[in-house]
Amino acid sequence: MPIQYYIYLCLALFSIGVIGVLTRRNAIVVFMCIELMLNAVNLLLVAFSKMFHGYALVQNATSTTGIDAQIFVFFIMVVAAAEVSVGLAIIVMMYRNTHSVDINFLNRLKN
Amino acid sequence: MSIIQILFFALSAFAIISAVMVLVSKNPIHSVLWLILVFFAISGHYILLNAQFLAIVNIIVYAGAIMVLFLFVIMLINVKKDSEPQKQFLVKLLGVVAGGSFLTLLVALVKQTAQMQGRTLLMKDGVIGLIHPLGKALFTDYVVPFEISSVLFLSAMVGAVIIGKK
Repeated sequence: MPIQYYIYLCLALFSIGVIGVLTRRNAIVVFMCIELMLNAVNLLLVAFSKMFHGYALVQNATSTTGIDAQIFVFFIMVVAAAEVSVGLAIIVMMYRNTHSVDINFLNRLKN
Repeated sequence: MSIIQILFFALSAFAIISAVMVLVSKNPIHSVLWLILVFFAISGHYILLNAQFLAIVNIIVYAGAIMVLFLFVIMLINVKKDSEPQKQFLVKLLGVVAGGSFLTLLVALVKQTAQMQGRTLLMKDGVIGLIHPLGKALFTDYVVPFEISSVLFLSAMVGAVIIGKK
C-alpha cells in the first residue's frame, strides 16, 4: 500500500477536525473534533512506523526500527485521556456558571 | 485489487463518512456515537497495519473510556438540541473554506514531495505492533516517560476533582 494513501486519509480526517473546531459552537463537539485530529495524527504515526520498519527489515531481519512511533502513539493516548478528564471537568464547571456550553460565552474570561 | 486494498478503502470511506457525520449531526449524542464509529474504523486500520496492541488500546481507551465520559457529561448537563446556538452561515462557510484550503494545500504538498514517491508500507508483516516487542521497549527504553505519565494521570485526576468540586 503506498504511503500517500494513508497521508491523504489522515489529512482528510485532520481537516474535518479543523472544520469542526471552526464551525461548531457547542464546546463538547469542539472537544470531540480535537480528539478526531489527535486520532488522525496517531494513525499517520503508525503508518510511518510501518513504512520505516519495512525498509529496515530489508537490511536487518531482526530490526525493531519504528517501534518508537508506536510507543509515542501510546503516550499520545495517555495524554489525551488526561486531557479529556480535565477538559470535561472545565466544561461542566463552565456549564454550572453560565448554564450553556456555548464557546462564545468564554469571551467573558477577558474581563 | 487485493483484499487488503479493498479493506483499506472500505475502512477509509467508513471513517471519513462517520467523521463528516460528527460535524453534521445537530444532536451532540449522535455526534458522540458517530465519533465512536470513527474510532472503530481507525482501530480497523491499526489491525490492517498489524498494530494489534494499539488497536485494542484504541478501542478500550477511546471508544470505551473517553467517549463514555463524553456521553456522561452530555447527559449530565442535558443539552437541548434545539437550544444549541448556531454560528452565522458566513462564519460556517469561512470555516469550511479554511479547512478545505488547508487540506488542498497539504495534499498538493504531499503530491510533489520527492521523498514520498514510490514509498510503500509493510501491511501484515513485521512484529513491532505486537505486545511483546512493545512491552519490552516500553519497560526498558521508555520506562522514565512511562512513570512520568503515571504522575500526569495522578495530577489530572486531582485537577479534575478540584475543578469539579467547586
